Order: sequence, then structure tokens, then C-alpha cells
Amino acid sequence: MSASSDVGFHAQRQARWRYAEAAFWLVVLACGFLFPTRYLIMTDILRLALFAMSLDLILGYAGIVSLGHAAFFGVGAYAAGLLALHGIINEPVLALIAAGLAAMVLGFATSFLVIRGVDLTRLMVTLGIALLLEALAERFSNITGGTDGLQGIEMQPILGAIPFDMFGKAGFFYSLAVLFVLFLLARRIVHSPFGLSLRAIKNNPLRAAAIGIPVNRRLIAIYTLAAFYGGIAGALFTQTTAIASLDVFAFDRSADLMLVLVIGGTGYLYGGLIGAVIFRMLQEVFSTITPQYWQFWIGLVLVVIVLVGRQRLHRWVLYVPNLIIRQVGGRKAVVAVPESDA
Amino acid sequence: MTIALETQNLEKQFGGLRVTRDLSLKIEQGARHALIGPNGAGKTTVINQLTGVLKPNSGRILLEGHDITDLPVHKRVLRGLSRTFQINQLYPDLTPLETVGLAVSERLGHGGDWWRRMGTRSDVNGEIADLLTRFHLLDVMNDQTGTLPYGKQRLLEIAVAIAAKPRVLLLDEPAAGVPESERHDILAVVGALPRDVTVLLIEHDMDLVFSFADRISVLVSGALLTEGPPDQVARDPQVKAVYLGEEAVNV
Repeated sequence: MSASSDVGFHAQRQARWRYAEAAFWLVVLACGFLFPTRYLIMTDILRLALFAMSLDLILGYAGIVSLGHAAFFGVGAYAAGLLALHGIINEPVLALIAAGLAAMVLGFATSFLVIRGVDLTRLMVTLGIALLLEALAERFSNITGGTDGLQGIEMQPILGAIPFDMFGKAGFFYSLAVLFVLFLLARRIVHSPFGLSLRAIKNNPLRAAAIGIPVNRRLIAIYTLAAFYGGIAGALFTQTTAIASLDVFAFDRSADLMLVLVIGGTGYLYGGLIGAVIFRMLQEVFSTITPQYWQFWIGLVLVVIVLVGRQRLHRWVLYVPNLIIRQVGGRKAVVAVPESDA
Repeated sequence: MTIALETQNLEKQFGGLRVTRDLSLKIEQGARHALIGPNGAGKTTVINQLTGVLKPNSGRILLEGHDITDLPVHKRVLRGLSRTFQINQLYPDLTPLETVGLAVSERLGHGGDWWRRMGTRSDVNGEIADLLTRFHLLDVMNDQTGTLPYGKQRLLEIAVAIAAKPRVLLLDEPAAGVPESERHDILAVVGALPRDVTVLLIEHDMDLVFSFADRISVLVSGALLTEGPPDQVARDPQVKAVYLGEEAVNV
């Protein structure tokens, strides 16, 4: 039946790859070859991007706010550090997954606290959990190294073949591969019925339940998954820097993440990635100009973004690329559209 | 006669206020049953208890003979009890296609599917197309719900409830707020509901009630005042006094 295939076609509209997406990833990959002296900062951006994508999964899709996302980052970071330090799992990829799973367990356990209540309670609960973990890490210094952090971590070669080098090249491509794989997984998930049901819950939890969606179970599932992503981001941090200290749990880390998503936007997966790039660049630029007051300028940029409206900014930024895409691909080419316009 | 939906001595209090008083209703299989009552009679509170949004203080609710009093909202839907809302409860950012698709996916048990993409199951697609056609939504299926005219949103509201393939459907003022020009579509859709679906209609519009219902229950201050076929209810002096005022009712 034609209406039926029509429905199928349009239902998959959002899940279809756009030219701009492919271009985005090619540019990211190209950066790895174009700027061989900037691996450290670029790796840092990739980690932040992955971490922001984790928050986007719960904030942008399910509408769960969090001020304590660093809890998962921290658990992942310490897990990866301890696994490497004590030689429990030497191979980085396996250790990465194990660290992600550790954060996932924490995410699952705390999800029951988070799904109850409204935004304000969620902010407080998530913040509290992160502070709690930070204090615990400080208290059990015999395991975590306390304020000194874990020291003397030596990373083994990735997959037993690719050693981490001092320029951070291996670390960069390793992080990029991890980010890309997890991005593909997230992309798959948000375009599934499960992902759609999360957006329904965010839009209207009352109605979501009234069409048979088990609201709490879905929220627990996505929160647990986001924790896994956060843990992986933390583990990447430890693996690529060979240190894990108390600041992995720091409040700043959770708060920065919110800023990243304010800059990049939520609910279309690229928000965290683009936001991470812009946020770190701004930080770099402003701290070069004025080492002491860079936060002032970051603050100013955020105020402007909120006043002008991110969607309008996106439209301006995407105007030229889309013009080119239309020239190349014809009038009906799939162009990049700003969030919520999609 | 089979009873589709039944309440037994339902009782609900908000603080000291008794909003549902010892309410026992029986709705027969396939009935077109209307629940009417003046503003503040507690009609919506009854609906909220039937669907599981509110918990009664005491009493029981039976769906096709099974006690559903303690079931959460979404499980009642999967058992075949679906509703529409008096004020549209839709997803402003989603399209009608996504909204209906979600409801169909959940009923068929694909809602938790996280790997397969939306729109790749032909059985789901077929049903979505069918519903969108029936409810005159095919031409706007890719528009954001929040931007649709009210009448279309109203149709979507009913389409979503029907997508759950309910055996009992609760319609909470289906035509409320719909402009006269779009009213006809709604009434036609409601009138064309299959006979094996039991319908409980909550409505203010007396024309609609008397043209649609074959049985009417009158709720006043949370308690059942009277119940019977439309002509009998219309003639009931008590009903005239408390609900219809001095106005004569044309049947």
C-alpha cells in the first residue's frame, strides 16, 4: 500500500544520514592530520564531546537535568586508573569498557533517586551524589591516593599493538574512534522507538503513560546508558593523561558540561560535539588574551547566546554550508537543519 | 450481559473533601455510556481513577472482570483501557506520524526496541497509515503537532487513544473547544467507532450526549444521582433540578 510505504519513508526521515554529518566527521578526522602539534587539546575536546553527549542523552532526549554528571566521569576515571595501576586489566579497550560498566552500575543504582521528583529535586540529588563521591574518594585515600590522586599509571598498548606516544597521537585517534563508535550507537538508539518514546516522555509524561509507555523504566534505562557514556569519557581521561585525581568529580566539570550544551544545543546529538569544540576554543582564546578574567568573556558569550537565541545562530552558521550542499546536491538535497527544526 | 468496566463503591477524598462518594458504575460491553454532571461533580476525578492517574481511597475498579485498582497507568492501557483528554495532551515537538507511530509501537510491544529504526516495521507502518487516513491526518503527518490547528490536534488526540486498540475507550469531552467548522469531523469519527469498543463519554454538550449515548449516568457532588436510558434521564425531575436547571431538554 502506498500510504504505508510513504509512512515508512517519512518515519525514517530523521534517521537518514545527511551530507553535513559526513562532512562533520571528515573534518574531525582531517584535524588529526592537519594539526599534529595540537593532539593534547584536541583529545581534550573529544573527551569533553563524549561527556557532553552523555548528558545530552538524558537532558536533550529524556529531559532529565543533572548538575552532578561528573559522578560518572569520576567513577570511570578512577576505575580505569585502578585497573591499569594494579594490572587487573592491562588492555586499554577492555579496561575502558569495564570502567564504563562500573559507572553504569552507579547510574542504575542512583537512577531510582533521580527519576522521582521534578527538575529542582533532580538538580539537588545529582549534585549531592557527585559531592558524596568526591568526599568518599578523598576519605579512602589508601585506594584513590587522596588529594595526590592515582600516580604512576602506565598504559599498555591499545589492543596490544598501538602504544600511547608522548605526543598524544595514539591517544587522539583512540579517543576519536571511541567517540565515533559511541556516537553511532547513540544515533541508532535515538532514532529507534525507544528513543522516540524518550522524547514523548520529555514532551508530556502524563500522555506518555496514557499510551502505554512504562515511563520510569525508560528513564532508568537511558540514565543508566548515559552513565556508561560518562564513565567511558572519564576512563578516556585517565588513559590518555595517565592521571586520576579528585577533580574528576569536581562540580566545575558538571557545570561546564551544562554550558557546553547551552552553546551547542540539545536533542540532536551534535550539540555536545559542537558545543565542546566552541567551549574549549573560547576558553583557549580568552585565557590567552586575559589569563585572569577569561571566565568573564565566556559568561558574556553565554548571555549573548541566550539573548539572540541559539536556533537563530545555528541558522546563520548553517546558511553558507547549506547553500553549498544545495548547489552540489540539487534543490532537494538533505541539508543540515538546526535542532528542533529537523 | 457482560460488564466491560465496573467500579465498586469507589471513594476518593482530597483532604476532608469527598470528591467521589460510594460510586458503583457498571458499563456494559459495547455500550455507548455517557457520564454527565454539572461542573465540579467530580467527573474528571472519576476518569483519573479509572485510568490510574489517581488512586481511590477505597473501592475497586474492574476491567472485564479483572481487578485493575492497583495497576499503574501504562499497564491499564496495555490491558485495553484507553482515554482521550479534555485538554489536548499531545507532544508539541513530535509529528502526528511519530505520535501515532509511538502508540502503535508500544501496543505491539516494540516500544522498548532500541536497535531497530522507527519506520522499518511494515506491520507498524501499515497501521499508522490506516489511522492517519481514518483521522484525516495524512496530509499533516510531518508537521509539528504544536503547529496544527486545534481541530486537527483534537483528531490526533482521539487517534492516539484508538491506536492503543482499546476495548474500553474513555472520551473526556472530545469536542471541547473545537470550532464549529471542524466539529463535524470529530463527531463523525466518534460516531464511526467500532461497536465492539465500549465507550464511556464524559460530556457537557447535551446534543452530543443525547445523540450518541444509549445509557446515561448522572453524577452530582461525586455521587451517582440516577442512571438509565436517555429519554428516562431527560424526564427525571431530579436531573432537571440539579443539572439542567429549568431548561427543557429536547430528546
